[in-house]
Amino acid sequence: MKVIEAENLTKIFNKSLIAVDHISFSVYEGEIFGFLGPNGAGKTTTINMLITLLKPTEGRASVLGFDVVKQANEVRKVIGVVPQEFTADEDLTAYENIMLCASLYGIPSNIAKDRAMELLKLVELIDFKDKRVETFSGGMRRRLELACGLINRPRILFLDEPTLGLDVQTRAAIWDYIKLLKEEYNMTIFMTTHYLEEADVLCDRIAIIDHGKIIKIGKPSQLKDSLGGDIITITISGNEDITDVIKEIKNVKEVRKENSTYRVKVENGEIVAPLIIEAIRKRNYIVTRLSLTKPTLNEVYLECTGRAFRDGNDSEDFKFKRLHLWRARGK
Amino acid sequence: MEGERKMNEIRPSFLRGFLALTYRELKKWLNDPIMIVMLILQPLIWMGLLGKSINIQGLFSAENIEIPSEIILPGIATIPPSQGFIILNGTYLSRIFEDIGSKIMQSIFGVEDYFSFMSIGMISMIVVMTTMFSGISIVWDRRLGFLDKVISTPVSRAAIIFSKIANSTLRAIFQASVILALAYLLGLRISNTFTIMNILGIYLAIFLMSAGLSSIFIAFSIRSTRVERPMQLINLIMMPLIFSSNIFFPTELMPNWLQAVVNINPITYLTDAIRQLTIMEINVQALIIDFIYLSIFATILTVIGIVLSWYYLTK
Repeated sequence: MKVIEAENLTKIFNKSLIAVDHISFSVYEGEIFGFLGPNGAGKTTTINMLITLLKPTEGRASVLGFDVVKQANEVRKVIGVVPQEFTADEDLTAYENIMLCASLYGIPSNIAKDRAMELLKLVELIDFKDKRVETFSGGMRRRLELACGLINRPRILFLDEPTLGLDVQTRAAIWDYIKLLKEEYNMTIFMTTHYLEEADVLCDRIAIIDHGKIIKIGKPSQLKDSLGGDIITITISGNEDITDVIKEIKNVKEVRKENSTYRVKVENGEIVAPLIIEAIRKRNYIVTRLSLTKPTLNEVYLECTGRAFRDGNDSEDFKFKRLHLWRARGK
Repeated sequence: MEGERKMNEIRPSFLRGFLALTYRELKKWLNDPIMIVMLILQPLIWMGLLGKSINIQGLFSAENIEIPSEIILPGIATIPPSQGFIILNGTYLSRIFEDIGSKIMQSIFGVEDYFSFMSIGMISMIVVMTTMFSGISIVWDRRLGFLDKVISTPVSRAAIIFSKIANSTLRAIFQASVILALAYLLGLRISNTFTIMNILGIYLAIFLMSAGLSSIFIAFSIRSTRVERPMQLINLIMMPLIFSSNIFFPTELMPNWLQAVVNINPITYLTDAIRQLTIMEINVQALIIDFIYLSIFATILTVIGIVLSWYYLTK
């Protein structure tokens, strides 16, 4: 069953800045759907349209059959949101923050109290429930956000960069909670991330988004397969061209030569690599170096977006665009 | 879990949301002891320094008017004869001046001492300042993402705006009470028409002022991406707003063009209402006019403010 449907969803800020450009996708019940893309790609804008914070400029989207514009309030009742920022009130305690969320949903206070305790146990903050949030670490705050987002027992949970800025252990803990929610409660989870391994480990399906457009969509394994197999890099001594020798071997798809180094695209790299070495030796060449690379999402991502990360080497134009996005979103 | 998940348990109500959000605002505020101390110190400094330093009735006091105890006037007197001059009792004259001074103070300021006049003005000033500054918190809510989280829940949008207005108003009322109590300790003279019920009238006047002013400020702040914007606006309008009112000086002695401005400034009506309810004898007709003006002001600004904020929150 489709629980989220988006058709030609578009958001243009200030009439000129296209943040999300006619994207269409569906999310099915019980799956973890990931939006993967560099900073400024339009992930948060998309999530904000789905959680009714922003109105789409064009196109439509529905969540559990409710239109995000016309039936915004119905959408808000059935979703949980864990935003990118730490939004809990620092001056209140963890427990007070959760109860505040419960009041906003109008959950009767006797139910809310039980549930708040249950959620604080789930995210392992029960011992800190009466401590003010200003004393919390980043990981604790993120867990508290998660608990707040779950107070209304949402059928769909939206997570915007759930592990941004967390250390390795905390990140693993958050991953565990996300898996638990999916498995135990059959919750549908829509998440954005720019961590590839996160998308790889957690998501059932991934959409790669860049410059406001979905470039690829599919299961992580499908996306990896689309790259067309493993890559073996071989260096030999001497300058003779042995491209033909390698090409003769079974399962070799493509050979590219750069000086005395060859990039060979193959299927089942582990089996083919020894065959290549043997064939080269038979011709009396010496293999000086060999490496085998399995396709990772990283390569899919690189192939799709062109660059790994945008932070370090932004063009001036891109920086300008991001600044505008930031302002337009009102941050 | 599946069975427990009943849709009807989520019943967002205006009142629940409003109370929860207001509770949060007050909790934030009361949790901060330094803030409370500042809230008390600030009016104390204003009143203690400004209110006491401008000692207008001192101009007329017997100790300050140095008339020699014996004043010899040249001339020809007939009674008693032959001495050629008259002695006036200067001490007595000083007292007459003081008496005249009191009458002047009474007719211009409505009270005999400037401190009483001024401390009530301080209440108005602090009400206006507190109301404007407390609207700024919504900029932080927005920047820190709290506002986004709140509007992603089904809580009534009106509850968000009204909780901010309630917060501003409650703070203003709290501060006004503190100043009034401090002023009384520092020598405020209350009139003989003052009763405990008058305090409710004072709170009503402050409520009208704060509700109107904070609505507009919230509507302005909610659009600001930076805290500096509302700060700049406050700095710009604060002084003109205060000086073009009867906070420091009565309207009657101002030039005509300024009187026209003062008479449309709502702060004038707030101050007049509070003065009548505390230090002056109540003039029922004038008091009714004050409240009508404040009500109109509050209604118009609250409606504009809420409509603008609503438009922003639901856009």
